[in-house]
Amino acid sequence: MEINKFEEVFEGKLAKNEMVEPKDWMPENYRKHLIRQISQHAHSEIVGMLPEGNWITRAPSLRAKVVLLAKVQDEGGHGLYLYTAAETLGISRDELLTNLHTGKAKYSSIFNYPTLTWADIGAVGWLVDGAAIMNQVMLQRASYGPYARAMVRICKEESFHQRQGFEIMTHLAFGTADQKAMAQDALNRWWYPTMMMFGPPDADSPNSENAVKWRIKRETNDQLRQKFVNQTVPQVEYLGLTVPDVNLKWNEAKKGYDFSEPNWVEFKNVISGNGPCNKERLAARNKAHDEGAWVREAAQVFAKKRSEVYAAA
Amino acid sequence: MTVNDALFQYTLRLGDTNLILGQRLSEWTGHGPFLEEDLALTNITLDITGTAKSLLEYAALVEGKSRTADDLAYLRNDRHYFNAQITELPNGDYARTIVRQAIIDCFDFYFYTELAKSKDETLAGIAQKSIKEVTYHLRHTASWVERFGDGTEESHNKAQTALNELWQYTGELFEMNEIDEILIKEGIAVDLNLVKAKWEQYMTDLLQKSTLVKPENVFMQTGSRKGIHTEYLAFILAEMQALPRMYPDAKW
Repeated sequence: MEINKFEEVFEGKLAKNEMVEPKDWMPENYRKHLIRQISQHAHSEIVGMLPEGNWITRAPSLRAKVVLLAKVQDEGGHGLYLYTAAETLGISRDELLTNLHTGKAKYSSIFNYPTLTWADIGAVGWLVDGAAIMNQVMLQRASYGPYARAMVRICKEESFHQRQGFEIMTHLAFGTADQKAMAQDALNRWWYPTMMMFGPPDADSPNSENAVKWRIKRETNDQLRQKFVNQTVPQVEYLGLTVPDVNLKWNEAKKGYDFSEPNWVEFKNVISGNGPCNKERLAARNKAHDEGAWVREAAQVFAKKRSEVYAAA
Repeated sequence: MTVNDALFQYTLRLGDTNLILGQRLSEWTGHGPFLEEDLALTNITLDITGTAKSLLEYAALVEGKSRTADDLAYLRNDRHYFNAQITELPNGDYARTIVRQAIIDCFDFYFYTELAKSKDETLAGIAQKSIKEVTYHLRHTASWVERFGDGTEESHNKAQTALNELWQYTGELFEMNEIDEILIKEGIAVDLNLVKAKWEQYMTDLLQKSTLVKPENVFMQTGSRKGIHTEYLAFILAEMQALPRMYPDAKW
């Protein structure tokens, strides 16, 4: 078959809403786009363990401790499915990790913000995981099979995480005055960074067009952001907290809220390494990897020794 | 001391040991040597912290003074904690964490196997659930001891160093006092001499298989049965208890 025949088959699958599988032919740009998107997603899960893990030893009740541990572990599990999905595209985990550790690969910028109080653990679960779900629900129908299937599992767990975050916020918002203030402060600090998670406005989003065309993405950044605001504002009201945006107003004509854009200059700064915790996050990942080198080596040497013993027997 | 007092103290001892070990292990979450191992150790941490929660809930019930499990965990100071000292020591490198964990997993395996026969139904129930978990933990950590011992020179040396440093804290695991005596008579507590013989045998075999040398004639540290700890415990509690102490009226 000539290349254009392969392309016809590929385009046909997209048109018929069929899955593209690892052994199928795919355009090089499609493969590259997927490797970039899936590995960024995997890195985000792994780096995301750090800000939340920051509060495991200080979780204020035994139940909160167990739930948070389980949650952070889930994020690690998501990282694992996603690295595995990325590997089906012909790139090794080592290569992916090297890209993360050297700063070549990106991860979600939200994790470059610090978790300063216990309320931040609530806000991360509620807002950040809430925004992630909004991004990810459509990925369950993404055109690449291994990615779509990983996302089905991930989405189920993420919606549990969002409830866990909201539960923390509920305890705080309906708790003592100090707790409520802690909840409001967390909302103030996480609102705009969460809005940034949907990416730059459509007009400035370089990767969106292909992603929609290839059915890797089904809604645009701005559509998703609007949806998120519409969904979240009533939750803020339920908690008796205030969205830190004086321009927030219901717009009957569009059946949605008008709201202020996040600070896109800050967004660019955080992406390019100047966020409050970029250096710490990368340093923590590098430290864990470097200090784990002898562990991984011991496991390999041991496995080799044992297989030689079996071979000789 | 009444049987009920002894049961409270005994359950507290078991709960504290699990709680402090879980607290230490949780420091690894997100920082493990590779992703699969990070997930596995966090799994172990979750099981252990879950066991701590069940035990402290039971201790609170037995005490009958309307304290909750969280009160017991978050509002006692170090002199009222009875966890074995080995659990509060810093994690150190991964060999040290694993060697400690194997020592404790092996103890727990034989201990909970005996406790499952307790006449106290709640303790027996917690033990039965725990055996299932600990069986997996021990398989995991013992296999790592073997990998480290018989892996590279570096891993061997790290594991041997950990073993040499930790061994002095193993004596405490088997200490018995008035609490044990009262409860053994009632068929509630475990005779730790039984556990010790089995533990010794398993560890001897494991270390031999791992080409590691079992430390002999080691002076044993003691104190935790009386609430005497290493300098590390007060720091662990300062961190763990910060929020409930800072906001005494708050519910979380």
